[in-house]
Amino acid sequence: MNTSTSLVYLIALPLAGAAALLLGGRRTDKWGHLLATALSASSFAVGLYQLSAMLGRSTEQRAVTQKLFSWIAVGNFNIDAALLLDQLSICFVLLITGVGTLIHIYSISYMEHDENRRRFFAYLNLFIAAMLLLVLGNSYLNLYVGWEGVGLASYLLIGFWNQKPAYATASKKAFIMNRVGDMGLSFAIMIAFATLGTTTFAGIAEVAPQASKAALTAIGIMLLVAATGKSAQFPLQAWLGDAMAGPTPVSALIHAATMVTAGVYLIVRSHFIFDLAPTAQLLVVIVGAITLLLGALIGTAKDDIKKALAASTMSQIGYMVLGAGLGPAGYAFAIMHLLTHGFFKASMFLGAGSVMHGMNDEVNMRKFGNLRKFMPITFVTFALGYLAIIGVPPFAGFYSKDAIIETAFNAGGVKGVILGSVALLGAAITAFYMSRVMILTFTSKARWDDDAHPHESPALMWIPIAILAVGSVASGFLFTRGHALVNWLTPVVGEHTGEHEELLAPIVVSGLALLAVVIGVAIAVIKYQLAEVENVAPENVSGLTRFVRKDLGQDALNEALFMRPGIVLTEVAEQLDVKVIDGAVCGVANMAIGSGSTLRRTQTGFARSYAAFILIGAVALIAGIWVVTQ
Amino acid sequence: MSSILTLAILPLIGALLVAVLPNENVLRIKQAALGTTVLTALFGIFIATKFVSSDTTFQFTQKLEWIPSFSINFALGVDGLALVLILMSVVLVPIVLLAGWHESEGGRWSAKVFYILILVLETMMIGVFAATDLFLFYVIFEAMLIPVYFLIGGYGSGERAAAAVKFLIYSLFGGLLMLASIIGLYVISNNAGHATFDITELSQLHTVMSSSTQNLLFLGFFIAFAIKAPLWPLHTWLPDAAKAATPGTSVLLLGVLDKVGTFGMIRFCITIFPDASKTFTPVIIVLSVISIIYGAFLAIRARDLKRLIAYTSISHFGFITMGIFAMTTQGQSGATFYMFNHGFSTAALFIVGGWMISRRGSSTIADFGGLQRITPVMAWMFFIAGMSSLALPGLSSFVSEFLVLVGTYTRYPVAAVIATIGIVLAALYILIPVQKVLHGPTTAGNEDLPDLNLREKIAIAPVIAVIVAFGFYPSPLLNIINPTSAHVIHDAGFTDPAPTEIAGK
Repeated sequence: MNTSTSLVYLIALPLAGAAALLLGGRRTDKWGHLLATALSASSFAVGLYQLSAMLGRSTEQRAVTQKLFSWIAVGNFNIDAALLLDQLSICFVLLITGVGTLIHIYSISYMEHDENRRRFFAYLNLFIAAMLLLVLGNSYLNLYVGWEGVGLASYLLIGFWNQKPAYATASKKAFIMNRVGDMGLSFAIMIAFATLGTTTFAGIAEVAPQASKAALTAIGIMLLVAATGKSAQFPLQAWLGDAMAGPTPVSALIHAATMVTAGVYLIVRSHFIFDLAPTAQLLVVIVGAITLLLGALIGTAKDDIKKALAASTMSQIGYMVLGAGLGPAGYAFAIMHLLTHGFFKASMFLGAGSVMHGMNDEVNMRKFGNLRKFMPITFVTFALGYLAIIGVPPFAGFYSKDAIIETAFNAGGVKGVILGSVALLGAAITAFYMSRVMILTFTSKARWDDDAHPHESPALMWIPIAILAVGSVASGFLFTRGHALVNWLTPVVGEHTGEHEELLAPIVVSGLALLAVVIGVAIAVIKYQLAEVENVAPENVSGLTRFVRKDLGQDALNEALFMRPGIVLTEVAEQLDVKVIDGAVCGVANMAIGSGSTLRRTQTGFARSYAAFILIGAVALIAGIWVVTQ
Repeated sequence: MSSILTLAILPLIGALLVAVLPNENVLRIKQAALGTTVLTALFGIFIATKFVSSDTTFQFTQKLEWIPSFSINFALGVDGLALVLILMSVVLVPIVLLAGWHESEGGRWSAKVFYILILVLETMMIGVFAATDLFLFYVIFEAMLIPVYFLIGGYGSGERAAAAVKFLIYSLFGGLLMLASIIGLYVISNNAGHATFDITELSQLHTVMSSSTQNLLFLGFFIAFAIKAPLWPLHTWLPDAAKAATPGTSVLLLGVLDKVGTFGMIRFCITIFPDASKTFTPVIIVLSVISIIYGAFLAIRARDLKRLIAYTSISHFGFITMGIFAMTTQGQSGATFYMFNHGFSTAALFIVGGWMISRRGSSTIADFGGLQRITPVMAWMFFIAGMSSLALPGLSSFVSEFLVLVGTYTRYPVAAVIATIGIVLAALYILIPVQKVLHGPTTAGNEDLPDLNLREKIAIAPVIAVIVAFGFYPSPLLNIINPTSAHVIHDAGFTDPAPTEIAGK
């Protein structure tokens, strides 16, 4: 395989930025944000350079590696610090650094009045570096470092305003739920090493065909657990809504466009395992299908614009996971949806930030309305993202989501029908709740608080949004033109050998999907555009609505299953320690020495007695030796 | 004179120097002590560069006749295992002194006594790891208790006397058991025709021992070490001692002295009694896993900062013991590297925690709040120490923890799986206090706490540097550790399990 000496700069540049800003402290306040933005942009430039170099090579020669040094080597466990850039990772590199740089630029203005802006940019750079390591590592252990690195950056950024206890709690929750997923990744690596003797992607891909289905299934399931944590998929999804505590650019970059999609990357990257482990693959589609519905349902009941978008992220990633679980037929479409989603969701989140910026940081959509008049650019860009996410042709989401729905229908048998129907239903619900967001924010009557003076955001904020909006419009068309992305990724993820009959013709699927969208939009228009919207959420609602508002009981479930039993367990351990174990030891000691009171009285003189003990011990030793050597 | 003996004597010379300085001149005493320990640390690092890592026999050996009639020698030497632990010890001591610049004041005795105790203790720390004569090891093992006892009882806080006594009783109990085993071992070597306390010669003795003898003698050593390490259920002295001791003493106690236990398990239990080790491994693995989870549970509930750190250590020692007895090269090297890393991450926690406690005048976690915005540098240091404790990838502790887990998994998958739950528990026991202490609004009593001064920054910087540098590039230490680990595993009659799914590899 070709080697490159410049891959490391992709990571080193933003990492150096984070180090400079954190170690430099207040001295770098004046220009820190500019440095961070410049470094993120230079990393993007290196990425573009790598892309052009890659395009200049023939298909088989496109992947390049760079070995930095031997990281951990003990016995047969040999891990190099080494990077791999191939057709799959370059997609992520450009997404991360491209969207990342735009969000850096946006944040210069968005965070202008925060006294800790420098620290914010340091964390952003740290995130970019870690995320690049995640997608560039050539083995699962290298990936792991990036994987927890982005978790750390996410923790720091969710808790950026952690002087508010709720925000601090949200960051902690995200870290801990992610660690549950990370445990899965640990297990996957351990099993891979114990059964296959290697942890590199290339190594495992080579030996996987020799391995038993049981071993591969175990690895696959553990990778899925990891993916559910990082990508907020069922059952580890509960942290994402709370993660909206972070500043909005963070929600756009980390909790929409990049980090939360890492689980999809992990599954697609591990195609050589999932392709040979049908059970694990089935679990992947089940998780994807459940989450896409779960997220969409939660999205219908959110009045907080960021939380509505977060629920939609969860749901859209559900689509990607579903696609990735469909094997070679779906990998490329999962990645395509991931990329188009990166554009339209980042653009909408930044749009939401722009709205908040103009509305005194209000997030409650019931206090918005009619903002299209006052924030025309934000409105247009948001609308483009909206058309993309609900899947209206020719916007980006139409191509990518349609492809997944179609592949789901064609997965064969009952499975195909169920998955396809779920994906369609999800599309309808998506159209409903996203229309709701659109209407409540921009087109319904104004329901502002008295002190609101909505205004358009400065150019430094709307230009990045506009660029992303272009992506929401055009990317889907470009990716599908001549199967560009599918062909591009085939050397990495393998070719789809159509083993199933087409259940429905593509045009039928598109028709059904559009019908679903129309139904969803229509209901939203009737409920919110044509009817009056109250500026507080109505209380006289059905039990079902209340249940959905409480995120379908996800927190209550976690509390009942883990938190409360956990608290009881730690209490038991504490009591056991004090009363039983320490009690027994002290009891024995007291018996041996005489009694508790004797012990107390002799405390001060104890060192002297101890000296005597040592003396006696030494004498006993020598005497013993003397006796036995006679 | 071999360089290890020189290294061991250096602090002793410093102690003499401190002893002749006038009592009133506390600053001069501190400078002399610090200077000596810095010199010792530099010399220790220099020795490490001269170490030939491919050679698995003892290096820099020194052998002086001591009690010839009983074949007792004053014999020193180091292998990879001993070297990294000595390195850790000599680097930590000056850091502890600089970080706790005022710890010697306000004790029962003078500052001078404090520094003499620390310096004498440093000599013993080097000696205990470098001893290649079992009798010498035993003498130092026991004698070390004395300076620690006085450091806790004389300079600690709260129930220091009771804690010191508890520490002593536990150690004494273990020491007596070990003494019995040592006598037994000597007798056996004598019966075999060649009375000896030489560790290398003793490691040949298992061929002539019956399995029941091996088992009994093994237990004598193991229980002593399991108290020291400490392993569940022999751990209850540790939280009390850590709570009462000064932060600096706690670093030396948990970071260095407790390692004598895990060091001894490798050096004596496995090397001298390979068959008994095999017999007891299942039990020890179970106890280790219990320690990991149980220590973490106690840490999650801890209300006191010092006790919290002690409980996390119980969990971490579980990892170390599990790695040692997994009997794979990854487990063994991981455990040894873990000992080194635990020394530094515990040092970071105790040192920064100690600064917070002395500033706030309380070690109760609930008394803190919102420190990130009052003392940002100190808050960062506490956070990084915490990240090291929860083994964040990229920090040195991750490398060792993962090696232990993967090394255990290949032989004891169930144990490794349960132990891995420890990484989630670690996130809880670190992030809960991080939130309570650093985040949220600044609570009453914390508004005016000063941030770190220059001395404190200088003291903590090398600790953080070690934690980060060896996470990124652990090879220099792994290269020292690996040959010794492979040697221990091989001599104990084990080979690493081959990948189960790959035919013919």
